[in-house]
Amino acid sequence: MNLLGKLSWSAVPFDQPIVMFATALMALAVAFVLGWVTRQGYWPYLWREWLTSVDHKRIGVMYCVLALIMLLRGFTDAIMMRAQQAVAAGDAQGYLPPEHFDQVFSAHGTIMIFFMAMPFVIGLMNFVVPLQLGVRDMAFPTLNSVALWLTASGILLTNISLAVGEFAKTGWVAYPPLSELQFSPGVGVDYYLWSLQISGVGTLMTGINFVTTILKMRAPGMGYMRMPVFCWTALASNLLIVAAFPVLTATFAMLLLDRYLGFHFFSVAGQGNPMMYINLFWVWGHPEVYILILPAFGIFSEVIATFSGKPLFGYRSMVAATMVICVLSFLVWLHHFFTMGASADVNGFFGVMTMIIAVPTGVKVFNWLFTMYGGRIRFTVPVLWSIGFMVTFVIGGMTGVLMAVPPADFQLHNSLFLVAHFHNVIIGGVVFGVMAGYNYWFPKAFGFRLDERWGRASFWCWLVGFYLAFMPLYVLGLMGMTRRMQHYDNLAWQPWLLLAAVGVAVILAGIVCQVIQLAVSIRDRQQLRDATGDPWNGRTLEWSTSSPPPAWNFAVLPTVTAIDAFWNSKSALAKPGTSAQKLEYEPIEMPMNSATGFVTAFFAVVTGFALIWHIWWMAGLGVFGAFLTMLAFAFRDREEVEIPASRIAQFYRARPAEIAR
Amino acid sequence: MRHRALAVSLIGAAALGGCSEGVLDPKGPIAAAERLILFNSLGIMLAIVIPTILATLGAAFWFRSSNWRARYRPDFAYSGRLELLVWSIPAMTVLLVGGVAWVGAHDLDPRKLITSTVKPVTVQVVSLDWKWLFIYPDQGIATVNQLTVPVGTPISLELTSSGVMNSFFVPQLGSQIYAMAGMATRLQLQADHTGSYRGLSAQFSGDGFADMRFTVNAVPTEKFAQWVAEARGAGSVLDEHTYADLAKPSEAVSPFAYRAVTPDLFNSILSAGMRPSDSSSMHHSM
Amino acid sequence: MSIAVSIDEIHRDALPGVSEAGPAAKRIVVGYGFWIFLLSDIVMFSALFASYAVLVHATAGGPTGGQLFNQVSVAIETACLLASSYTCGLMSLAVRSRRYVGVYSGAVVTFALGAAFLALELREFAGMIAIGATPQREAFLSAFFTLVGCHGLHVAGGLIWLAVMMAQVAVKGLRANVERRFLCFSLFWHALDIIWVALFTVVYLMGVRP
Repeated sequence: MNLLGKLSWSAVPFDQPIVMFATALMALAVAFVLGWVTRQGYWPYLWREWLTSVDHKRIGVMYCVLALIMLLRGFTDAIMMRAQQAVAAGDAQGYLPPEHFDQVFSAHGTIMIFFMAMPFVIGLMNFVVPLQLGVRDMAFPTLNSVALWLTASGILLTNISLAVGEFAKTGWVAYPPLSELQFSPGVGVDYYLWSLQISGVGTLMTGINFVTTILKMRAPGMGYMRMPVFCWTALASNLLIVAAFPVLTATFAMLLLDRYLGFHFFSVAGQGNPMMYINLFWVWGHPEVYILILPAFGIFSEVIATFSGKPLFGYRSMVAATMVICVLSFLVWLHHFFTMGASADVNGFFGVMTMIIAVPTGVKVFNWLFTMYGGRIRFTVPVLWSIGFMVTFVIGGMTGVLMAVPPADFQLHNSLFLVAHFHNVIIGGVVFGVMAGYNYWFPKAFGFRLDERWGRASFWCWLVGFYLAFMPLYVLGLMGMTRRMQHYDNLAWQPWLLLAAVGVAVILAGIVCQVIQLAVSIRDRQQLRDATGDPWNGRTLEWSTSSPPPAWNFAVLPTVTAIDAFWNSKSALAKPGTSAQKLEYEPIEMPMNSATGFVTAFFAVVTGFALIWHIWWMAGLGVFGAFLTMLAFAFRDREEVEIPASRIAQFYRARPAEIAR
Repeated sequence: MRHRALAVSLIGAAALGGCSEGVLDPKGPIAAAERLILFNSLGIMLAIVIPTILATLGAAFWFRSSNWRARYRPDFAYSGRLELLVWSIPAMTVLLVGGVAWVGAHDLDPRKLITSTVKPVTVQVVSLDWKWLFIYPDQGIATVNQLTVPVGTPISLELTSSGVMNSFFVPQLGSQIYAMAGMATRLQLQADHTGSYRGLSAQFSGDGFADMRFTVNAVPTEKFAQWVAEARGAGSVLDEHTYADLAKPSEAVSPFAYRAVTPDLFNSILSAGMRPSDSSSMHHSM
Repeated sequence: MSIAVSIDEIHRDALPGVSEAGPAAKRIVVGYGFWIFLLSDIVMFSALFASYAVLVHATAGGPTGGQLFNQVSVAIETACLLASSYTCGLMSLAVRSRRYVGVYSGAVVTFALGAAFLALELREFAGMIAIGATPQREAFLSAFFTLVGCHGLHVAGGLIWLAVMMAQVAVKGLRANVERRFLCFSLFWHALDIIWVALFTVVYLMGVRP
C-alpha cells in the first residue's frame, strides 16, 4: 500500500505554465507576509492577540481580512475568464485550454460565494451584532474562533489545489453525473467537497452562535422590537444557516460516499438519482443567497437611516419583511431548474412563489426610499454604495422575476442572461453592501476613518465597471450564448465580450482604489482619527463605545428604553438638566483566549488533504488530533479571565472626549 | 395598455439592435410565444422599476444635506397609508406577473403537444460526449450534430443522455430541456420559416462542451422527404456496436448521417442508463 | 432560592418581560444553543430521510427491505435505546442532586445499552454485507446504510462523549460547566432516541409493507 495514497510529484502541474506562475505568485506573497511578520517580531503579538483571540471584534476583522484576500483570488479568476472569452472567437482557442478554463470558472464561483461573500458578511455580523445588542461577546466565544479557523481551513485547502493537484471542473454546483468518479476521476471534486464540508461545519457553528446570542443575550430593556434592524437581518440570516447548511452537509456527504465508497446516490448506475442532488443542492442553495443578502439589507437600513438623520421608515414592516423572506426562501428552490422537466403545475407553483418573495424585497426598497424622504442626506462613501445598490439591485431583481416565469426561463436558463442576473443581485446587493459596511464600521474597528476621496473613486469604478461588465451579458444571453463556454464560433458575440472585459478592467481599477484607500488611510490615520467613537452621529449602540472598543465593550451594560438606543440616549443627554452618571466600575469576567480554534483547524487541513489524496493513516491522525484538541479544551481549568476595575477605570479616564456613559 | 406599447418598442429596438439569431428572433411558434411572454413581463416590471429608480435618485438628490429648501422631517418614520401602498404595489405587480407565469407554464409546458393539422415528426435525441445524436424512428435513419426538419411541422422530441447531463437548446425555436441518463424528457418544437438555426447544449458537460453545437435545418416538406431518401442511401448503420464507437469521447464532430438504425435503439440506450453498473456501456472521460 | 415572596408585593410593571430582562444565564444560553444545534442535526437527518424516500424502490433488481430486515433484532435495538434514554434520565437526576454514585452507575448502564444497540446494528450490517446486500449494490441500500449508519455514528459519538464525561466528573467533579455539559449530553441522547423512532418507523416498519 502506497504510504502517500494518490499523492506523487505528478500532482504538481509542472507542465502548465499559467498554473505554475500563479502558484509562484501565491507562494511569494505568502512567503513575503510570513517573512515580514517574522522580521518585525510580530509572532507573539499575533498569536496572543489575534490567532488565539475569542473576541468577536477580532474574529470579525479576521473574517473580513480573509474575505478581502479571497476577493483578489476570485477576481483574478474573473479576469482570466473575461480575457479568454474576449479572444477565443471563431477559430481562436484563446490562451486557456478547456481543462484549465473549467477549473477557473468552478473556482471563481466557489471562492466568491463561500470564501468571499460568506466570510465578509459573517465578519461584519460578528463585529457589529454584540455591540449593537449591548453585550460583551457572543454566546459561545471559543466556538466562534473554531468557526473562523475552519473557514480558513477550507480556504487553505482550495488554494492548495492550485499547486498540488487540480480543482473541480464541474462548475461551482458540481452536478452529478459529471461530478461522480466516473466522469471526474481526478482529485478536483474531492478538493471542492472537503474544503466546503470543513468550512461548512464552521458556518453551522456560526449560525448556532448568532441565533443564541440574538435571542438570548441582549442588553436589559432591549426587547425584540427595540433591536436594530441589522440584528433582525442577522437573526434571519443565521436561522437560514441553521436550517439550510445541514442539507448541504448531507448532500456533499452522499456525493463523497458515491466517490469514495462506490455508493449509488447520484450515479445513474445502481438506479441512483442525479436529479435528487440538484433538488437537495438548491434546497440549500436558494436560502444561501438570502443568507448573503439579508445582512446586506440590514447594512443598508443602518447606513441610510444614520446618514439621513432619521429613523428607518417602517421598522415593523422591515422586520416583518425580513422574517417573511426568511421563511419564503425555502419555498422557491425549483426555479433553479425549471428546465429539468417538472410538470407545469410544479413549475408554475415555484414560479409564483419566487415572485411572491419579491414582494417583501420591494417593500424594503420603498421603505429605504421613505427613510431618505424628509432626511438630510450626507453623501458619504457608505451612502454612495447604498444608492448604487438601490438602483442596481432593483434591476437585478427585475431580471430575476423575469426568469421566474417558466417559459421565459426555458430560453434563458444557464445563459449569460442568468449569469448577468445573479451577478447583478450579488454584486449590486451583497458586494455593495459589504463595501458600505466596511467603510461604515471601519472607524469603529480601527479608530480612524477611511479616506473619502479614494473611497468615492473606488465606488464609481465599481459601479461603472459593473454595468460595463454585465449589461453586455444580458444582451449575449438574449443572443443565445450559454455560460461556461471556453470558446465560441459566433463572431457577433465578440464585441459584447470585449466590452465586458473592459468592464472588468474598470472594476479592477475600483479594487486598486480600495487598496490605495486602505494604504492612504493607514498613512494618514492621525488626521482621520475618530476621537469620539461616534464619527457619523450614529443611532445604534456600537457608536456609544470608543473606537476601537475595549475588550469588554461596555463597562456597564446599557439599559435600553427605545429603538435606536444610542440616538435616544444622546437626545436625553442633550436635554438641559440631565448629566451623565459617574460610574462605579466593577471587575469584568471575559472569556479566555484559546488556541483551540487554530489547532483544530490545523488538524482539519491535515485531515482534508489526507482524505483528498487517499492517505488514510494521515487522515486518521488528523481526526485523532482534532479529538485530542477538543479534549484539551474540555479539560482546561480556567475559562475566564478577570479584568480588574482599576484597568477599566484607567481605560475610560484616558478617553474624555467620548460621550460619558 | 402601457406595457403593450413598451413591448412593441422593445421588439422594434431588438430587431434594429442586431439582436438576431437569438431568443429575440423567433422562427417558430414556441419561441414566438416565449418572446411575447418575456416582453409582457418586462413591460409590467419596468412600469414599477423605472419609477422606483427615478424616485430613489430624485429623493437622494433633493434631500441632500446641502439643499436648504428641502424640509427636514426627522419624525417621519411611519405612515399606515404608505405602508399599505408599499405592500400593495409589489403585491399587485407580482399577482399580474404571477398570472403570466402560471398560465405560461401550462401553455408552454414542454410536454404539451403543438396543435396542428400536420402529423408530427418524432425525433429521439441522445446527448453524448460531446455531440448530439438524433434518431428518426419513423424514418429509420439517424444523424449526428444535424437536425433536419420539415417546416410547419411539429417536432416531437424524446431526449436522454448517454452519461452526464446536457440541455438541448435551439434558441430560435423555443425552450430548452435537460437530457439525463436513464430518463426520457419531452419537448415540442416547430420551425415556421426555412433556414439554419444554431443549436447547443446549455448544461456544462465537460471539456468538449463548447463544441457541442448542432444545426437545425428547417426545409420545405418535399425537401425533407428527399433528404430522408438520400440519407438512406449512404452512410453506415447505427447499431449497438457503432453506437458504442460513437459514444467514445470526441469533440467538434462534423455532421454526418446513418442510413439505418436498429429499431428500439433509443429504448436500449435509455435502459442502459437504468441498469446497475455495467462497464461495457459506460466509458471513462479524459 | 426562596419563593416565599408574595406575588402581590411586586408591582406588575416592574417585572420585565423575558425579552427585556438582559442576557440570560449561562445554563440557559448553553442549553438553548445546543437545542439549535440539535435542530440543525435533525435537518441533516431530514435530508437523508428524503433521499431514502426517493431511493427506497431503487433496488435495481436486488433485494428489498422486506427481504433483508430482521424485525426481532430491530425490536431489541429499539428497546435498548429507549431503555438507555431512561437510564440517561436517571443519570441527569443524579447530576442535579450531586449523587456521584448515581451519576456513574447511570452512565455505565446507559453506555452498556447504547453499546448493545450499536453491536446489534453492526451485526445487522455485517449480515447484509455477507450476503451481498452491500451499499455498493444499489441505490436503495446506499440510502439505507447511510441513513441508519449516520444515526449509528451519532450513537457512537455519544458513547465516546459519555466516556469523556465520566472522566470529566472524575477529574473536575460536578462543577457548573460539567453540569451544563451533562445537560447537553442528555439532550443529545434523547434526540437520538427521537430520531431512532422516526427511522424505525420509516425504514423498518413502512419499508416492509408489500
